[in-house]
Amino acid sequence: MTFSDVAYSPARGDLTFGERLLRRLNLDGPLLLALVVLALMGLAILYGASNQDPGMVYRQTIRLVFSFIVLLAVAQISPQFLRLWSPWLFAIGLVLLLFTLHSGHIGRGAQRWLSLGFVRIQPSEIMKIAVPMMVAWYLHEKPLPPNWKQLLPLAAMVFIPVLLVAIEPDLGTALLILSAGAFGVFLAGLRWRVILLLALVLAIITPILWHFMHGYQRERVLIFLNPQRDPLGAGYHIIQSQIAIGSGGLFGKGWLHGSQSQLDFLPESSTDFIYAVLGEQFGFIGAMVLLVLYGFIIARALIIALRAQDTYSRLLGGALSMALFTYVFINSGMVSGILPVAGVPLPLVSYGGSSLVTLMAGFGILMSIHSHRKLVAS
Amino acid sequence: MVRIRIRNEWLERHQFATRIVIVAITGLVLLLAVAIRLFYLQIINHSYYANLAEGNRLRTEQVTPPRGLIYDRNGVLLAENRPSYELDIIPEQVANLQATIKALGKIVAIRPQDLKQFYELLKTKKPFQPLPLRTNLSDTEIASFAVDRQNFPGVDIRATLARYYPLGPVTSHVLGYTGIISPDELASLDPKQYNNTSQVGKVGIEGSYESLLHGSVGTRQVETDAQGHVVREVSYTPPVPGSNLYLSIDVRLQEAAEKALGDYNGAVVAIDPRNGELLALVSTPSFDPNQFVGGISPNDFAKLNTSPNQPLFNRALRGQYPPGSTIKPFLALAALDYGVVNPFKDLMCPGYFYLPSNPNPYRDWKRGGHGEIDMPNAITQSCDVYFYTVALKLGIDRIHDYLTTQFGFGEPTGIDLMGERDGVVPSPEWKRKNLHAPWYLGDLVIVGIGQGYLLVTPLQLADGVAAISMHGQRFVPHLLHAIGDPLSGIISDTTPRALPAVQETYPNAWKIVVQAMKNVVETWKGTAHAISVGARYTIGGKTGTAQVYRKRLGTFGEENESDIPKQLRDNALFIAFAPVDNPRIAVAVVVEHGGGGASTAAPIARKVMDTYLLQEIAGKSSAP
Repeated sequence: MTFSDVAYSPARGDLTFGERLLRRLNLDGPLLLALVVLALMGLAILYGASNQDPGMVYRQTIRLVFSFIVLLAVAQISPQFLRLWSPWLFAIGLVLLLFTLHSGHIGRGAQRWLSLGFVRIQPSEIMKIAVPMMVAWYLHEKPLPPNWKQLLPLAAMVFIPVLLVAIEPDLGTALLILSAGAFGVFLAGLRWRVILLLALVLAIITPILWHFMHGYQRERVLIFLNPQRDPLGAGYHIIQSQIAIGSGGLFGKGWLHGSQSQLDFLPESSTDFIYAVLGEQFGFIGAMVLLVLYGFIIARALIIALRAQDTYSRLLGGALSMALFTYVFINSGMVSGILPVAGVPLPLVSYGGSSLVTLMAGFGILMSIHSHRKLVAS
Repeated sequence: MVRIRIRNEWLERHQFATRIVIVAITGLVLLLAVAIRLFYLQIINHSYYANLAEGNRLRTEQVTPPRGLIYDRNGVLLAENRPSYELDIIPEQVANLQATIKALGKIVAIRPQDLKQFYELLKTKKPFQPLPLRTNLSDTEIASFAVDRQNFPGVDIRATLARYYPLGPVTSHVLGYTGIISPDELASLDPKQYNNTSQVGKVGIEGSYESLLHGSVGTRQVETDAQGHVVREVSYTPPVPGSNLYLSIDVRLQEAAEKALGDYNGAVVAIDPRNGELLALVSTPSFDPNQFVGGISPNDFAKLNTSPNQPLFNRALRGQYPPGSTIKPFLALAALDYGVVNPFKDLMCPGYFYLPSNPNPYRDWKRGGHGEIDMPNAITQSCDVYFYTVALKLGIDRIHDYLTTQFGFGEPTGIDLMGERDGVVPSPEWKRKNLHAPWYLGDLVIVGIGQGYLLVTPLQLADGVAAISMHGQRFVPHLLHAIGDPLSGIISDTTPRALPAVQETYPNAWKIVVQAMKNVVETWKGTAHAISVGARYTIGGKTGTAQVYRKRLGTFGEENESDIPKQLRDNALFIAFAPVDNPRIAVAVVVEHGGGGASTAAPIARKVMDTYLLQEIAGKSSAP
């Protein structure tokens, strides 16, 4: 078999200037457009959620610009190169994670940050990408579906980082890493009987896991099951969030309007609960538009994965796409009250920088997979 | 045998595509679930949530705990809570605040300071929090508002508890009072505890034990209608009431002392020398603390604040007076400790005393002098010349060291009330620093008779005489006798805090001084002999008469003390303890411009001691 970098697309002469620029920059037009629209919508929602704080919007804009640059940079790296570096990135991430647990900074009760002198990093964020990369790297030369013998290393490379992040404790990020790794393995064709068995094991160890959970984590689950358990404390988030969304109605109360978000009834309105602000101000229609936009981005990412031509790119692309889905589903599910409260931001919309960079690096990888496809000589 | 698996590219791609379809469908279904949930919240149940958000807003209210009660040592109630009604406004529910307040003004009396207070609170509180416009509504005001209530959305009457001091002025300088929280105070208080309270302890016991008396707030979550009126209660966490305080004060002594002081400005402090508990702390004139509860009107406050008699000034803690001759027993103890005089060796008192460098004499209060006199008699008869000599022999450094380190003059006693003053025990450094002048021997000589720069508070004097009565044993003076837990009903006593005892190196020093003080009252030559008449217990005491101005009789052409204008008359002082052998009470009396210590101050002390000891002898008191 021979490989070449010649693209599949129509002859050069048929391309417009924009298309040529996108090709040159290794970008996928529809995906990029959707991301830009999403980011702009996010800024508008943030302005309404932050009580019209231009400072917050400004800082978020800087972060978005930076993370788009990260996307652009990552898109230039070929999947082969990424594949070669996968185990190293994973190893570095693992070491940093252990180091963080040992001597990291404590912020809001959890040990998540590691200071490298000039910059502070969150190793758990690296793992969101490193774990699916590692899974894809491990499986890329093996005949699929993975057999029983390969399950143990796969389980180790997913669950060790997940557990390390979970004990930081950062349940939200642990969940995202788990989903990226698990989707990778699932897409590799993990047999149904294995999946059934794993489900069975999960059902057995859940009570044991409960035993090891932090008090506040247990409380979150209990409050999810019954928000009235603590209407002034932890349940307050869920109740106020649902009031905000529900009172928005079909069309919403209008941008910058809405008593829930403007009168500070809704806590964390510009970070984890920003979707409720959208629901209050733009109503069901606004919430649906955003959901559809996310759906489009996830679908586009899955198509890129589907079209990829080597196992590594396929698995990695698929895992990253579904990790994005996990983000959206957990956040919107928690805000609307069908999932327990876990610290998962709404991608590209929630205020904050650390997860933004990782997310955009992930999209950069997808762009790279899209544009570095090789023609298989037939 | 090893099974070799062969890669099948096509099969793998097919399988991957299948899996992608599976996850895509799963994802779609889950996102659809979110969409259905949103549809349920925003379309189907929209009006329910819209009501919750708009009109039927859930409101969390803090439930103010009842403030702890305050009792005296015999269980007499000194501070209680009475139901009171206040008019509250929830600003966000009032369309036109000014018009509403104007209309309300026709129904209830709204004073300018009510408005001022309201607008100040408006700046610091959130618009959905009820703010008091008027406190302490009268029954007629409540009735007339109730009739018109429907015209005032966002305005409501709220039942609260208001502090009430049944004994009024008798206990005001001990208890202090509660008043409306000022914006400054709000910044330093825990907002969680004080969000819904308009009152805080300002001074006195109310101030120093605020955290004990306040308790801990409860919460109540209520559903309100569009006008902000409570529709129903959703949840309720009861508050923890404040602790009840039992003070060591005996109100009978307070009343006796206040009555005995009469129209004089002055202070009486009585201490149980065995443990430092205050039995009475009186400062006259006093004021009615009840007028501060709920906010005092500027007029009333100005009246109190500008009165020449300064009723708000707590003389017992903050009044700094020259001790006059009451300092003599302390200086005698110092002279014995340092061994500068032989107590039984006579000294000649010709009625005047000269410093070698100064041609002007220092006079004795007794014209013609006391003749040959020893230390016990010098105390008993209050010989000034003897103590000029003692001061000169001790020197200012030793006097300063002894009075500060041994008896704690010149520094706060550490009583559990705020605002106590230090007094002054002068030293050359003190004079240089505060008056920028050198120290003269003349400054020293008059310290011997408690004049000049020496200043003490009545509390320090009482504390000092208590220590003498106990032969040097000292305690931190305090008012809190016991704390009552309102939930369990358990009353726990506070433990007295002992201080290092006064060290005395001269063998019989305490006996000599205590006996001399006993003779002040018991012997006919003693300066306070008059109060021994009819006493059923032994008394030790010392009179003091302190000059307010450096005047000589005759400066204004007057011949008798009573001819001098009242504000220029001497301060009268008396310190005492009883019974001498087994002291139960130590008293300090300061009467501003009272004239002579023996004639004015000593009888007041006697009345206070009678009130305490005679009732104790009769077994009526429940005191320990």
